[in-house]
Amino acid sequence: MRHIISVLLENEPGSLARVVGLFAQRGYNIDSLTVAPTEDATMSRLTLVTHGNDQVIEQITKQLHKLIEVVKLQDLSESAHVERELMLIKVKATSGEQRDEVKRCADIFRGQIIDVTAKTFTIQVVGTSDKLDAFIEALKGSAIIEVVRSGVSGIARGEKTLTL
Amino acid sequence: MTSQNTKTEMLSGAAMVIRALADEGVEYLYGYPGGAVLHIYDALFQQSKVKHVLVRHEQAATHMADAYARASGKAGVVLVTSGPGATNAVTGIATAYMDSIPMVVLTGQVMSHLIGEDAFQETDMLGISRPIVKHNMSVRRPEDIPYLIKKAFYIAQSGRPGPVVLDIPKDMTMPHERYPYQYPESIKLRSYNPTAAGHPGQIKKAVTALLKAKRPVIYAGGGVIMGQAAEELTALARKLNYPVTNTLMGLGAFPAADRQFVGMLGMHGSYEANMTMHHADVILAVGARFDDRVTNNTKKFCPDATIIHIDIDPASISKTINAHIPIVGLVKPVLSAMLAQLEQKKAQPDTQALATWWQQIDEWRTVHGGHYDSDTAVLKPQAVIEAVSRITQGEAYVTSDVGQHQMFAAQYYKFNKPNRWINSGGLGTMGFGLPAAMGVKLNYPDADVVCVTGEGSIQMNIQELSTCKQYGLGVKIINLNNGYLGMVKQWQDMNYESRYASSYMDSLPDFVKLAEAYGHVGIRVTKPEELQPALEKAFAHKDQLVFLDIHVDPKEHVYPMQVPGGAINDMFLSKTKRT
Repeated sequence: MRHIISVLLENEPGSLARVVGLFAQRGYNIDSLTVAPTEDATMSRLTLVTHGNDQVIEQITKQLHKLIEVVKLQDLSESAHVERELMLIKVKATSGEQRDEVKRCADIFRGQIIDVTAKTFTIQVVGTSDKLDAFIEALKGSAIIEVVRSGVSGIARGEKTLTL
Repeated sequence: MTSQNTKTEMLSGAAMVIRALADEGVEYLYGYPGGAVLHIYDALFQQSKVKHVLVRHEQAATHMADAYARASGKAGVVLVTSGPGATNAVTGIATAYMDSIPMVVLTGQVMSHLIGEDAFQETDMLGISRPIVKHNMSVRRPEDIPYLIKKAFYIAQSGRPGPVVLDIPKDMTMPHERYPYQYPESIKLRSYNPTAAGHPGQIKKAVTALLKAKRPVIYAGGGVIMGQAAEELTALARKLNYPVTNTLMGLGAFPAADRQFVGMLGMHGSYEANMTMHHADVILAVGARFDDRVTNNTKKFCPDATIIHIDIDPASISKTINAHIPIVGLVKPVLSAMLAQLEQKKAQPDTQALATWWQQIDEWRTVHGGHYDSDTAVLKPQAVIEAVSRITQGEAYVTSDVGQHQMFAAQYYKFNKPNRWINSGGLGTMGFGLPAAMGVKLNYPDADVVCVTGEGSIQMNIQELSTCKQYGLGVKIINLNNGYLGMVKQWQDMNYESRYASSYMDSLPDFVKLAEAYGHVGIRVTKPEELQPALEKAFAHKDQLVFLDIHVDPKEHVYPMQVPGGAINDMFLSKTKRT
């Protein structure tokens, strides 16, 4: 099962290495990881996507809690949440027909073309990971040159929060 | 800040390190000097509160500090230099980590501006130690030193204890740069607040389940020792009249001489302990972590048992074996709360069921009963441990290395008190025994301190015989010398048709002469009848180190031994008999 674990972490040198090291050391999976400081510069918010059975996920959350620099954490996927991932994708777009096709496709996925050259389009798409996968699939016919994905960021819906 | 308008003392970073240790109540610091820590050593030289013990190899410093912590419950402190000094300490840090032992390790580091430049004796100690510490930190401003040292002790000693490494770049300790010194009384961290008391609802559930039990067992581990809860555990067990088994780390948590004690459980546990566990309907696990050396095949583990698990570390609960009634908290207050509830309750244990259960256990006791073939001309290692146990009346501090001798010590020494059995259970570190014995003897000079070892293990830190001489550490070394790496050989006998790949050591030193060369007393024992007089002589030398080189039967195996992949009760009971 896929889980999105959101972590509030002391923004100290080495604290990210501790989280990543824990996963490597204990053989847990990291599907994606994104981290940046919050509005409070002393704290970082980390969103980690992983998968495993209930026992593994329970161990992951417990082991994360044990890290001295982890302030709080939440398994977002346990309740209603919103998740988004950002993707920048560069595709070859040379002929007029090709350019129209890519543009149409981007529109369908509410992507924005953020850079244009005579031979390429760079498109920004935001959505769930599934949506980004689908966009890549839709562009399979065109020549994809480069893909960058941010990894998932997520937040709980409604009153539920992960704050101090 | 200037010193004119405040009473705050101004100290250099180096002086702050030592003063903070003194203010923390540290008496001994175990270590080895080197370039990156010379300022700190100079500060150490200029005071007398904190005494330094100079080992011969940094690994020994960590084991000394570790053993002090195991005996006293307080964090041991180590000081080593950067690079090789720090990496030599790694095995000792990992040893403490695996057994949840509080330790503060101060490692020197190259100057801040050189970090990352592959400078002389530079090593990324934070990176190296990360997976084997409870926490690690580095000093980035000299004025933070008192806070960081307090924080290191707080983290090491609270919750589930463990080692903490503090990396100190040399420029943080410059002797002529002074900063205001104030040692914090306490530390509060927003990201770390270990639970203390257990959940009252869970405790109530546990007591109810315990009282309903027909075939109960109490399974107690190292958490009871480090949690200083042996008294509470013993009181609870006696109140209920339930059988108790201790893990390798928990020996001494319940007195071995007590009738309710069924011995150690697990891979080399007693027949009766493993049988009692397997057939139990309620298991009260206290400060134990269902380690693979206890459970054997987890899928076949104790099929009928409702499991109550008390542990300070939530991650230890339901990690390998699902707990039906988990209680997160310090074992001491949780056991006290359970005792208090039992006092109030009118309900009593089911005495009839209990009588039947005890009858069954007593039958199991007769099956193996720690039997070994003692009627031989060759000295048996088990007989040596029994003799040591008798002569010290189960009161000595016993440290061990790793292998057959460790298991014999665990099985045949009757530990009646907690904090007396000091061994590397989790990591299984050969070379632990002698430095561990030194750490204990230094802090408990009047106590008998015995190091049970083998000719393989002792040679991993034999250079410490020199440290023993320098500090007058009169430990008694029981070297069970069989010429083989005994446990390796046993596995080769059992699983590799006795192909002894590199388990035989040729060219052993003359240990008696070696002990004498270091200025100690050496005694060789080769026949059974020589044992008792040799032990008496050894223990009569109160203040001298005595190295007893005891030649024992090389063919001996440790039994019982669990059958790999089996349930906890699938055991070999001798070379020819299995359950």
